Amino acid sequence: MICFEHVSFGYEKGKPVLEDLNFILQDGESVGLIGANGAGKSTFMKVLLGLLPHEGTILVDEYEVNTKNLKEIRRKLGFVLQNSDNQMFMPTVYEDIAFAPLNYGMTKQEAEEAADTALEKLGITALKHRHNHKISGGEKRMAAIATVLAMNPDVLLMDEPTSALDPYNRRIIINTISSLEKTKIITSHDLDMIMDTCQRVILLSKGKIAADGPARDILSNRELLEANRMELPLRLQGI
Amino acid sequence: MDKIEQAVLELREMDELAAMRSPIHSLHPLTKLFTTIVYIFLTVSFYKYDLSGLIIMVLYPVLLFSISGVSVKTCFYKLRIVLPLVCAVGLFNPLFDRAPLLSLGGLAVSGGVVSMITLMLKGIFCLMASFLLVATTTIDAICAALRKVHVPAMIVTLLLLTYRYITVLMDEVAVMTTAYKLRAPGQKGVHYKAWGSFLGQLLLRSMDRAEELYASMLLRGFRGEFHYAEGKRADARDYVTALLVPAVLLFFRCYNVAMLFGGIAMGV
Repeated sequence: MICFEHVSFGYEKGKPVLEDLNFILQDGESVGLIGANGAGKSTFMKVLLGLLPHEGTILVDEYEVNTKNLKEIRRKLGFVLQNSDNQMFMPTVYEDIAFAPLNYGMTKQEAEEAADTALEKLGITALKHRHNHKISGGEKRMAAIATVLAMNPDVLLMDEPTSALDPYNRRIIINTISSLEKTKIITSHDLDMIMDTCQRVILLSKGKIAADGPARDILSNRELLEANRMELPLRLQGI
Repeated sequence: MDKIEQAVLELREMDELAAMRSPIHSLHPLTKLFTTIVYIFLTVSFYKYDLSGLIIMVLYPVLLFSISGVSVKTCFYKLRIVLPLVCAVGLFNPLFDRAPLLSLGGLAVSGGVVSMITLMLKGIFCLMASFLLVATTTIDAICAALRKVHVPAMIVTLLLLTYRYITVLMDEVAVMTTAYKLRAPGQKGVHYKAWGSFLGQLLLRSMDRAEELYASMLLRGFRGEFHYAEGKRADARDYVTALLVPAVLLFFRCYNVAMLFGGIAMGV
């Protein structure tokens, strides 16, 4: 469970980027975090992960997000960055996937097993010994997800998982995300993808929660979306 | 291809060379590190006129090249910038040391010429050995070996991260240079008036990327030290190599093998 109570954050005093956020995310829920550019989506993720300080209280299960609990918090939350190049910093896919398990005290054999399981789950076993700079954008995105899955986190956080992907790879990523039985928070401008992968949507606007409810209700509300500089998902536009 | 992109590619090619499979690649990194250090130390220790004694040391890189499958051409191509510098070290020796040292077919060769060639060969041999170490061992394995000999974690992590971040920095330079070139046709390189803003932007962009990369590491449990996934245990072959190769090299250093064989051949 993730609980936000009166959470605020600002880079400068008097200019909040996130303002008084309150919500509860139950285990197993998939939440799409949407909003225009600058709405605070990425900041939201960073605050949740303890990369930025905040006011108010954030709870991840029994742990409060603060510097004392960072180790436990980060063990529970797996974050897939928007730019896979920044996620994949080791020479080979395998070394990158084994990075987190080894850091969390697994033996080399256990780390390899965790890596193999993650690769298998995503159907990318063939990438195991490939060099990171030699795989395609879509493969890299899948491998980036595998680096996080190998940690076996309770919650999966994903920042724009389908950005810069061709339709084929986008569909693979959507199917993959849907098949993962974990609590998920996904930020994206790709509302069709959010519709496919999330039951609940939180709409951020200027750092505040403008709407929170079932994905279908919010994503089909043309007025609400347009008031927040967004559009209906393509499939609902009748094109 | 842009020069920077070429450089990034070359750096990544080193990772690929290190990932090849051969008896040399599969040796324990500590064994390779140790023999390379011994080789460099012994090669450098040859007396400046001991050209005939030094020649035999070429056997080490030649053997490594043939067993590892790394091509000599690749080695010299990758060392193309540093090799001339190394060769230039002894360039002035013939001017200062003109005393004849030996005679070749009636032609007197001065001590300066001999010491120049010796110095050049020492430099080339040492560079080849270092290249072979890097080309047959991944940077992670080298770092793991350094940690095994208790080099401080801070230094090893710094070395590893520097290697990783060089590509990040070069990637950013490549992107910015391309963007600049496309809007400044006919210009060679970046105009000096743009250097300030170019460097400033480069610094900011690299910092952004470095921060994100570091965040990604932190979020996956990084706490200041790398755990090296591809490590292997040293086996009998590694121990034998670590003892035998330095012993042979030491023998080459102590006895002038070229002269010994020459003497046998001439029946002296």
